[in-house]
Amino acid sequence: MMYSKITVRRLIDLKFLKKYYKFSSTMPVNVDKSIYPGIKKIDYTSKLNIDEPPMNTVPIFRILKNNGEITNNCNSIIIPENNELLKMYKSMVLLSIMDKLLYESQRQGRISFYMTNEGEEAIQIGSAAGLNFNDMVYGQYRESGILLYRGFTPEQFMNQCFGNIDDIGKGRQMPVHYGSKNLNFVTISSPLTTQLPQAVGTAFSFKQLKNNRCTIVYFGEGAASEGDAHAAFNFASTLDCPIIFFCRNNGYAISTPAHEQYRGDGIVSHGSGYGIATIRVDGNDIIAVYNAILKAREYVMNNTRPLILEAMTYRLGHHSTSDDSTAYRSKDEIKNWSNESPIKRLKQFLKTKDLWNDQLDSEYTKETKKQLMQTFTIASKKNKPNWKEMFNDVYYEIPEHLLTQMNSLEDHLSKYSDHYPKDCGV
Amino acid sequence: MNIVNKFSLFNVPKYISSRLKRYSSHFVYHPEQISNEIGKTTKKNMYQAINSALDLVLNKDPNSVVFGEDVGFGGVFRCTMGLRDRYGKDRVFNTPLCEQGIVGFGIGLAVAGTTAIAEIQFADYMYPAFDQLVNEAAKYRYRSGNLFDCGKLTVRTPCSAVGHGALYHSQSPESFYAHSPGLKIVMPRSAYKSKGLLLSCVRDPNPCIFFEPKIMYRIAVDEVPDDDYELPLGKADVLVKGRDITLIGWGTQVHVLLEVAEMAQKEYGISCEIIDLVTILPWDKQTVTNSVKKTGRAIVSHEAPLTGGFGAEITASIQEECFLHLESPIRRVTGYDTPFPHVFEPFYLPNKWKCLQAIKELVNY
Repeated sequence: MMYSKITVRRLIDLKFLKKYYKFSSTMPVNVDKSIYPGIKKIDYTSKLNIDEPPMNTVPIFRILKNNGEITNNCNSIIIPENNELLKMYKSMVLLSIMDKLLYESQRQGRISFYMTNEGEEAIQIGSAAGLNFNDMVYGQYRESGILLYRGFTPEQFMNQCFGNIDDIGKGRQMPVHYGSKNLNFVTISSPLTTQLPQAVGTAFSFKQLKNNRCTIVYFGEGAASEGDAHAAFNFASTLDCPIIFFCRNNGYAISTPAHEQYRGDGIVSHGSGYGIATIRVDGNDIIAVYNAILKAREYVMNNTRPLILEAMTYRLGHHSTSDDSTAYRSKDEIKNWSNESPIKRLKQFLKTKDLWNDQLDSEYTKETKKQLMQTFTIASKKNKPNWKEMFNDVYYEIPEHLLTQMNSLEDHLSKYSDHYPKDCGV
Repeated sequence: MNIVNKFSLFNVPKYISSRLKRYSSHFVYHPEQISNEIGKTTKKNMYQAINSALDLVLNKDPNSVVFGEDVGFGGVFRCTMGLRDRYGKDRVFNTPLCEQGIVGFGIGLAVAGTTAIAEIQFADYMYPAFDQLVNEAAKYRYRSGNLFDCGKLTVRTPCSAVGHGALYHSQSPESFYAHSPGLKIVMPRSAYKSKGLLLSCVRDPNPCIFFEPKIMYRIAVDEVPDDDYELPLGKADVLVKGRDITLIGWGTQVHVLLEVAEMAQKEYGISCEIIDLVTILPWDKQTVTNSVKKTGRAIVSHEAPLTGGFGAEITASIQEECFLHLESPIRRVTGYDTPFPHVFEPFYLPNKWKCLQAIKELVNY
């Protein structure tokens, strides 16, 4: 340590440093009490204390009860207009039906991989409804509902999962790695948490441009353990960025339960350490999520500060199609939580407002299934993009060495095409 | 600061102080020969040339920012000196001490269309950002089907030997990144080249890593154009024409090779052709292979360790492209496959004597 510091310092213009420290020091002159620069306000104490973490956990903000009733004493809560409520509900149902269809199609070997959103529909649709359309979204992979609510069509979802010729991602990424420039949804990538510091950078850019946009970044409670989460919280706070960190705390990271992920009070507990405001919300209550997002957005824009929003929920489905979650949790546990389904809860609420009933529900479900099946069939029959797309977009331009490699593959295919799939323009 | 100052309180006897003298530059700087056509020039060293490039970017592009550890007060190598005063702390600012955060943050700026010039204090400390550079920055455009990109990101970082930097202030990690399609990797050899190449990196629509050989920050002094100018990426420079052997290097090592070429010519009548690769990725294979086809012999020389170094890539390519023209094996004169040592630096580096020996052996092969 010593050597490296000295080495560094030798490389620095010493004279300049001295001058800098002399004039830029923030230490007030003529104070009889020593004040350390590492903390803003400090009191001394003669009592030797160990500060234990607080025993009380932050409560969960909730509005909708399981039976669909609004909790009493809710002040200044915004209930969306009826048509918006119906759009929210229908989007959740559509998402869950699409999930079932694509999940089954993976089981049949039609697509290579899939991840459902089961149990987390309210988090996605509720937050999408509360954001401004041009707020930039960075996701993890379990946020399809946001795209759906913003106008990504089932056809587009399926094109991506099949990697067919109409996939705007050109068939390069695994299924569920969606993205849309038009819908302000940054393309998903597999490495967890990398999107967090990136979202902070984008938020900083928006702040500089004063364009009244914020960013929102979604991540699971498992992803919050990565170093990039620490980086992002700290950068967002020290650089005053208008960003909402939206944590989906669904209790599991693949098989790892949350209590093996952290020992603090979930993800909200990070807030105070980084000097970041927090909200904890019931992720299965779409009205609560919607209100939390409205409030969070208002806060980050008015204060140009970050906010951590932790939505408590339960991952009802398997982690992915490569996972059987009953290997590490009981079927009873899953069954109990399915009664807490956010879709059921909103349906109850719509019923109490006479906006929806069982007949409408079964008709909508039936019609949606039919349409999705048709879309699925069409997407499954489309060709794959031309193999040359493998070489595009590595760089803005195609460098010489990549052209050479592309030509070499072309030459090879002209002799060995029989051994390659036919649907990539061979 | 205090530790350093205390040393001056002691009167070190002369015979000891001569022993304490640090081994410093292992090369002679060869200033650039610049034509008169490029307008007004000023004598600048490498850090001043880089500072001038950053100044131009910030001045011309209002949506551009410079950030990293300690860049606010001017940077530990003075490269960002005066910029915060001129452009404000919203555009030239310190970040928390966290490399993965710096690069991730820079990617996010670039995704939103801001020109992001990030600094990693030493190339030795880039590894915490390896994931962000290799999995994210390099693959952004490709994986999104060109919907999103971070082409406006440039990561600047001081690299290579400095005389006494030991393990963590001496590394040349370019070959780690050369294995990552999507990045551009550049290392200048002079003050003149550093300004033009940095401006090209900043404006190139791809994420770039700009390695600055730190030993040259003060040693390398050129006449540097005051105006804006760009030098091409992906293009190698043939600095000296020769007949008998091609010597390929980049960064500081180019100056070692230039000196060796003079020695070989003077003492043995061997005519060396010197190539500065300039860009590690994508590299200029054409210029290299054209040269080797002419000379029939090649040496690749770099400070980084031998195994898996970028010399291996060049050597394999030369062998493939120039097989019928080769008169001798291709030799790599590089750092050894050890960590970069402190007191053994003079023995570690691929200095002029090691290069000279290799040239003689190959010419007499």
